[in-house]
Amino acid sequence: MALDTKSETRQFTVVGTRPLRPDGIDKVTGRARFGADMTAPGMLIGLVLRSPHAHAKIKRIDTSAAEAIPGVHAVVTRADFPVIGDNDFIADILDNCMAGEKALYDGHAVAAIAASSGAIARKALKLIKVDYEVLPHVTDVDAAMKPGAPVLHEGRANETVPEGMSSNVVARYEFGHGDIGAGLAGADRVLERTYRTEATHQGYIEPHACLAQMGPDGQADLWCCTQGQYMVRDTCAAILGLKQGQLRVTASEIGGGFGGKTTVFLEPVALALARKSGRPVKMVMTRSEVLRATGPTASSSIDIKLGMTKDGRITAGFAELRYQGGAYPGSPVEFGAMSAFAPYDLDHVKTVGWDVVTNRPKQAAYRAPGAPMAAFAVESAIDELAKGFGLDPLEVRLKNAAREGTRASYGVTYPAIGLEATLRRAKDHPHWTAPLGSNQGRGVACGFWFNFGGNTCVSMNIAPDGTVNVIEGNPDIGGSRASMSMMAAEELGISYDQVRTVIADTASLGLNDVTDGSRVTFAVGLATIEAARDAKREMCKRAAMVWGIEEDAVEWKDGAAHPAGPNAGSHPPMTLAEIAAIASNTGGPIAGHYEVNAEGAGVSFATHMVDTEVDPETGAVKILRYTVFQDAGKAVHPAYVEGQFQGGAVQGIGWALNEEYIYGADGTLQNAGFLDYRIPVASDLPMIDTVILEIPNPGHPYGVRGVGETSIVPPLATIANAVSAASGVRMADLPMSPPKVLAAIKGA
Amino acid sequence: MVKVRVWGSLAAATEDRTEVEVDATTLRELLDALAARYPALRPQLDRGVSVAIDGKVYNDSWFQPIREDSEVVLLARLKGG
Amino acid sequence: MSRIHVTTTINGDPVEYLCDPEETLLDVLRDRLGLTGSKEGCGTGDCGACSVTMNGRLVCSCLVLGAEAEGAQIATIEGMAKGETLHPLQRKFIEHAALQCGICTPGILVAAKSLLERNPDPTEEEARYWLAGNLCRCTGYDKIIRAVMDAAAEMREAS
Repeated sequence: MALDTKSETRQFTVVGTRPLRPDGIDKVTGRARFGADMTAPGMLIGLVLRSPHAHAKIKRIDTSAAEAIPGVHAVVTRADFPVIGDNDFIADILDNCMAGEKALYDGHAVAAIAASSGAIARKALKLIKVDYEVLPHVTDVDAAMKPGAPVLHEGRANETVPEGMSSNVVARYEFGHGDIGAGLAGADRVLERTYRTEATHQGYIEPHACLAQMGPDGQADLWCCTQGQYMVRDTCAAILGLKQGQLRVTASEIGGGFGGKTTVFLEPVALALARKSGRPVKMVMTRSEVLRATGPTASSSIDIKLGMTKDGRITAGFAELRYQGGAYPGSPVEFGAMSAFAPYDLDHVKTVGWDVVTNRPKQAAYRAPGAPMAAFAVESAIDELAKGFGLDPLEVRLKNAAREGTRASYGVTYPAIGLEATLRRAKDHPHWTAPLGSNQGRGVACGFWFNFGGNTCVSMNIAPDGTVNVIEGNPDIGGSRASMSMMAAEELGISYDQVRTVIADTASLGLNDVTDGSRVTFAVGLATIEAARDAKREMCKRAAMVWGIEEDAVEWKDGAAHPAGPNAGSHPPMTLAEIAAIASNTGGPIAGHYEVNAEGAGVSFATHMVDTEVDPETGAVKILRYTVFQDAGKAVHPAYVEGQFQGGAVQGIGWALNEEYIYGADGTLQNAGFLDYRIPVASDLPMIDTVILEIPNPGHPYGVRGVGETSIVPPLATIANAVSAASGVRMADLPMSPPKVLAAIKGA
Repeated sequence: MVKVRVWGSLAAATEDRTEVEVDATTLRELLDALAARYPALRPQLDRGVSVAIDGKVYNDSWFQPIREDSEVVLLARLKGG
Repeated sequence: MSRIHVTTTINGDPVEYLCDPEETLLDVLRDRLGLTGSKEGCGTGDCGACSVTMNGRLVCSCLVLGAEAEGAQIATIEGMAKGETLHPLQRKFIEHAALQCGICTPGILVAAKSLLERNPDPTEEEARYWLAGNLCRCTGYDKIIRAVMDAAAEMREAS
């Protein structure tokens, strides 16, 4: 449905302040309960047996020896799950949770066991005999597209893929407008370059965990760490043939997700073990399992052709993007192809994306899925051309920046957007003109993300003493309960500490889409505001009853009902607490609620700036200074907006410099641990400075835009551009690890 | 008639046109009209699309009104992290 | 396989338990004693989410055997606040928004407390190197470092 067409330009009293988060004390004292912290009486421990092969036919699984061990209560394989015939999306998720005819990657689940202790389960797991026929494998995206490459599946390519390509190519996307050839012909220089990025993992510190129980009547309960309890409910119900209303899913506190917890891995298996054993079953992944078998993002290989005039006008942009998304269709290449040139106003632009399957784990969404790799390629190319002409890279971006009325490369015409504002603020910031030392260089780049809305429900209950509970259905992944309480307090005109926000289980509130697409502060915030308006209408009605006047002669302001208009008469205002206290006498308890499929999320842009120092002896890149400029629409809780900017930037720094999936010649993952898959640590980094711009989103009553994802889009190119400025070498392959940078310097 | 822009790879299903015209006053009518006029679009429509109407993205709202002069752009279904 | 009887002290409380010889201190804390504030992020000593102190020394409890706690003084996140009074580090973490998801927070607080006991006036660089063994994926560490430095300053003033 359509929402407020214009945001109010209003003075806020609560929104924009920095109150303490309601779950803070639980989380600093160790009391907060995360996925692995739940237990149930009579609980069994579930473990998964995983394929040691990158690609193998499963000829036979013999579980009899394992089942004979005392203490083993259930063993499941694919044979224990129904056949999903008519839904590729669900069938792929099931196949990823428990392999069918083939193991498709190192770490693919092939069987699971539930036993009375972890020790017994580990012992029994070793007794499951799997007879594999090892098949040739492929893990590189370009190799997988070649004719003759080992094939994972036949018949999965959709109608967009031309005849004659490898069966590993499953979809093709094309976007753009204009005439690339004509555009390139008008350039003073055309840059052609290929860029590559390795797969990176979301790297949440909390491994996947769940606790399941199910009775023979089909009623089931599941506790798990997830970005969306309703997604877990609906996916598990589809996989196991359960009724959605019979499966209640409760989201635990969540120890990070970044998109990686928008699907299921253990949950259907735990339910199947619980059903078979008749006992509650708890499953917790090891870090190695998280890295081998849950979704990293895609690796990519991207060809760019970019034309520029000598005064910095981009005449044409072309990108061909090849993303492998692991063993099933669905790499985020369409978003890469849509977002690659989204920050720019181009007459001639075209992107082609290829979705490719390989013998790697099924990719999962990772913060602005598909966009960072595309931005790495495009923003690196713009920088290289600008530098070649001796132009200021910020000026070049300003000259080409998309603005209100620009037709984006993916088709839409932009409403008011904040890209130009971020670029101007970057140019005016002291960081831009600060002196640099030897072997140091500065880089800038821009980034874009769509932002989503989606299905959302909020209930608001007014307690008899005038305190308020907001009930929402999206796990709080970075302070959203605080933001909801703030928006409720703002709208009701009461103080923040009068409101407590809680996260409902799936039986307690209608459908809420998963916590993704930077949607929560936007969509749940919007529903919270509307639920408060609903409650206010009811409270005005109650006041009208007490005063004996018409409902429409009552207005709500400053936390109280006031008589308004010529016929209202003179009555002292009734506060929320006064109305709540007499609710039983005026018709019963007071609540507000709002249910919506929120549309109209505003797109988001950012500009990042970094100073790096490149050690010419070792190739090591040090981040000296980092500043994020991003449009937040309206920052509800600025500290948590800053936190999103900082966290996204640092994930991008890891992607740029250290993080990568390394596969051996046998197709097995070589670095399945935090020692060798190295995410940034505190000593790698400086403070991450942030500049919040507020260009209101017309689709939200307070002007809020999602802020969570855009911040991971610019860093890859920002750092590559700074490394180029510092060392003179152009790194087109991520990560820019010391050996690669050193080799480039030596070869230059 | 409403002008609908389709992304490049769908042009194969719309007689090589990246802009097509259909009769529609709501999102639902738009999607039904596209499927009827261009049956080759059906696989993509079944996989899911988002529709940008005057710069705002809609996923499911059947009865979202569309004016004759609205800018309508068919997008791949948006899903995030 | 017989179990080992262990007598130890955790957050000042006398505790006895039986554990398997290969069982880690983290497993004992979480699964036998219900002290789930210490988190398992990796099980290999790389993430620091399970940080506790043993006889005053900062350790990853996933790399210590339960049996090694015999006669030791163990301190976990559950012992950091005194009744209703939060430790200054705990308070500053909330004030500075130094946590987003909060899974790494217990380990980082235990590690930061250990730092300030040794060095009440650390430089930013010293704080960053001391906490380099504690991974946080949400915050980029900025607000964590600010909270630690602010808590250190407040504790110096109070002492």
